[in-house]
Amino acid sequence: MANSRTNKHAYVRYAVIRLIQGAITVWLIATATFFAMHNVPGDPLMDEKAVSPEIRKNLQAKYGLDRPLLEQYGIYLSNMIRGDFGISYAQENRSVNDIIREHFPVSAILGVLSIVFAALGGILFGALTAINRNRLPDIVIMFLVIMGISVPSFVFAALGQMTLVNVNAFLGVSILPVAGWGSVSHMIMPSLILGLGTMAFLTRLMRSSMLEIDNADYLRTAISKGLPPTRIFLRHQLRNAILPVITVLGPSIAAITTGGFVVELVFAIPGLGRYFVQAVQQSDYTVIMGTTVFYGAFLVFMVIVVDLLYGLVDPRVRLD
Amino acid sequence: MNQEPRASQGNLRRTAGRQLIYLGLASLVGFGSLMWALASLSEGVAGSALDAIAGSVTLALSEEPPQLDSSRATDTVSGQILGHVMEGLLRYDEFNRIVPGVAERWEIGATKATFWLRDDAFWSDGSRITAHDFVFAWQTALDPQTASEYAFILYPIKNAEAINNGQLDTAALGVTALNDKTLLVRLERPVAYFNSLLVFPTYFPIKQSFYEKRQGRYGADASELLYNGPFVIEKWVHGSQLRMVRNSHYWDRNRIRLNVIDYAYITSDVNATLNLFKDGKIAIAGLNSENLDDALQRRWKLERFNEGCVGYISFNHRSGRLTRNRHLRKAMQLAMDTNELVYKVVAMPGNLPGVSFFPVWLQGVERRFRQEFPAPETQVDITQARFYLAQAKKELGLDEWRPLTFLTGDRATTNKISEYLQQEFKEKLGLDIAIDRQIFKQRLAKMSSGDFDMVLAGWCPDYADPLTFGDLFASWNKNNRGEYKNPELDQWVRIAQNSLEPHTRMNAFSKIQKIIHLEAVILPTYETGSVYVRDPRLKGVVKRAVGMDSDYSNAYIDG
Repeated sequence: MANSRTNKHAYVRYAVIRLIQGAITVWLIATATFFAMHNVPGDPLMDEKAVSPEIRKNLQAKYGLDRPLLEQYGIYLSNMIRGDFGISYAQENRSVNDIIREHFPVSAILGVLSIVFAALGGILFGALTAINRNRLPDIVIMFLVIMGISVPSFVFAALGQMTLVNVNAFLGVSILPVAGWGSVSHMIMPSLILGLGTMAFLTRLMRSSMLEIDNADYLRTAISKGLPPTRIFLRHQLRNAILPVITVLGPSIAAITTGGFVVELVFAIPGLGRYFVQAVQQSDYTVIMGTTVFYGAFLVFMVIVVDLLYGLVDPRVRLD
Repeated sequence: MNQEPRASQGNLRRTAGRQLIYLGLASLVGFGSLMWALASLSEGVAGSALDAIAGSVTLALSEEPPQLDSSRATDTVSGQILGHVMEGLLRYDEFNRIVPGVAERWEIGATKATFWLRDDAFWSDGSRITAHDFVFAWQTALDPQTASEYAFILYPIKNAEAINNGQLDTAALGVTALNDKTLLVRLERPVAYFNSLLVFPTYFPIKQSFYEKRQGRYGADASELLYNGPFVIEKWVHGSQLRMVRNSHYWDRNRIRLNVIDYAYITSDVNATLNLFKDGKIAIAGLNSENLDDALQRRWKLERFNEGCVGYISFNHRSGRLTRNRHLRKAMQLAMDTNELVYKVVAMPGNLPGVSFFPVWLQGVERRFRQEFPAPETQVDITQARFYLAQAKKELGLDEWRPLTFLTGDRATTNKISEYLQQEFKEKLGLDIAIDRQIFKQRLAKMSSGDFDMVLAGWCPDYADPLTFGDLFASWNKNNRGEYKNPELDQWVRIAQNSLEPHTRMNAFSKIQKIIHLEAVILPTYETGSVYVRDPRLKGVVKRAVGMDSDYSNAYIDG
């Protein structure tokens, strides 16, 4: 009893510490982005047609750019704490909060589907290659895995889209839409493509993890005890081998959700990734700050969640 | 005897394989149901490219309009949409003639212009469009608080520039609503091309009561805008879809044959756009050097269109810059082969070699300006170029040429051009060119501060008069980023601005054309054109150099 209470106590303390650390990380991200952005060349108020000094002054006042940098930083931080990221420079009458609220769910749907696909595929193929080590399935899959890791997603995106065009043309009916967003059929191809790299990576991780426990004592015991193979595979091999995969899932979710820029562009998907990249190109200060801090916080949060889950799942994790 | 066999390496693998198949099937089912669940959270599915029965056409937009407030819109995509959902006093018809819009008739004189509004011009909420809506729109655009980038286009109106610079109150603007249906405009100076300004989005009306209720969100969403054009925006999903339907309140609604224009895809990826076209999902797809071959292989009919812009190398004329030296600029002018540049390097159909800063499509007195006043010819002449270069070196007192900084953008075509020119100037003239590649905003910042010797720039027309090009190198023009100053050129610009007499004006433009060439103020590289493929059943699409890029208001589906 006493022991369990201390454990619970340690766990809560651990969670609180991790959250504080997370908040500090986000603050550091916000600060670094703020000062980097203001020192990178590029003027958000500059556009094709030159404007009069009077108008420029008004614009600077509107966005608070006429104040000293440190004061801007202070205003920015206090607004950020209240959850207000300001108004976009490029889309003059949309707030950054609106942009995140409207476009993040799309990226999130795409990200969740991709990660589910990547995780399921990675675990299945990883296990398959491990139990067939050095046999044909292993060789073929591992070759594909290397391709999946090394070929950038824009190549896969273009190839995937081209394949759809050709398949649709060949069949004479549109089995899957080439681009766009809205229905289930729109989601299949982009999420497969977006998850491909992660799936390849997870397959390799799962394979090595399976092979590692191949010689584990508990597995040898289970076999020699004469347990049925199904039970050995599911309870002893698969379950233990999955742990490292779960560890990397958190950061992977964040990476996939934030890294969909190319896929979003090719498949004309209204995700946040496009705004994120466009904002940098347009020196859209408020959108750069808003999306970076949002994504930063999201990534930090996912890592913490996984750490905490891991603490619950794996008794070997020490909470100090 | 149904006992499971004992685990051995072989049967362990087989069992595991079987289990994996079960798991795989289970995950497929799980994955599928997850998709269905998530799909309910999103909306909007596009149809095929053309639907003759519904009268709908599906298209792709290269990017999302930043916002649709006509007083502040600056980009071509916004112009494209606004041109379909709004209408000014005048508009362009399918033959590019200026015809009545909200104004039924008008009189434009040297000092004032009067417009009589039609009885049946309504807003999409059913209320009548009045002269006050124009007064409000123009005052709003000029208000320095609005900080409209295109306010300058209203400057021909009395007191407009002073208001925009904060010297006068907006009420001082020379525009009066004599009554609900009569608009009187007092002009700062005679404006020969005033009618072609009136079709520009900044001149579109805005209803004050509606605008003020939006509290700064006017034009941010489909419901935050009041329409008076042939179409209204029915649905605007940011980054994804912009769907326009026929406006039942539009006065000339019987002219409109399409019921729906659905921009169902928003992407700047031209390969994706072409794929959508191949799949029969959109009716028009633009081409560029990346996907041109693909379209050619399919033997599609390519449509060409003169976009009306001019690409050019702008020199820095500020003191202390090598490029201030005329002989250096002349040497580069004689060494540059724009034919090779356009046909071999850029190699996109539709572009024309740059010979003048005044593009071919501009109208002169009776015929095209360039037919009446042909551009001075430039023949590539390396011997003469080297002679000029030696002279320049002497005048500048140089022992060795310093490398020239060539500021450029970061697009694929820009890279091709700048690298080609770098090599050409090195080979033919022995000049070292250092390419300074920058993103758009930074290139503009460096252009404004004069941090360059040469810059790859472009200029697009705002209205259908040679002055939209002609006044760019006037010493007072803020967009004259090379800061070229020449009293003689200034004088011709003033004549072209203030005269109403076509011969005098066109003659002034021809003088400007000559000065730009003789002094090598800039070097035109090419006149931009575009190439696209179109579903042959879609007819009546009008493309024009000024105004909206593609006008679908006269389009129809045939077959």
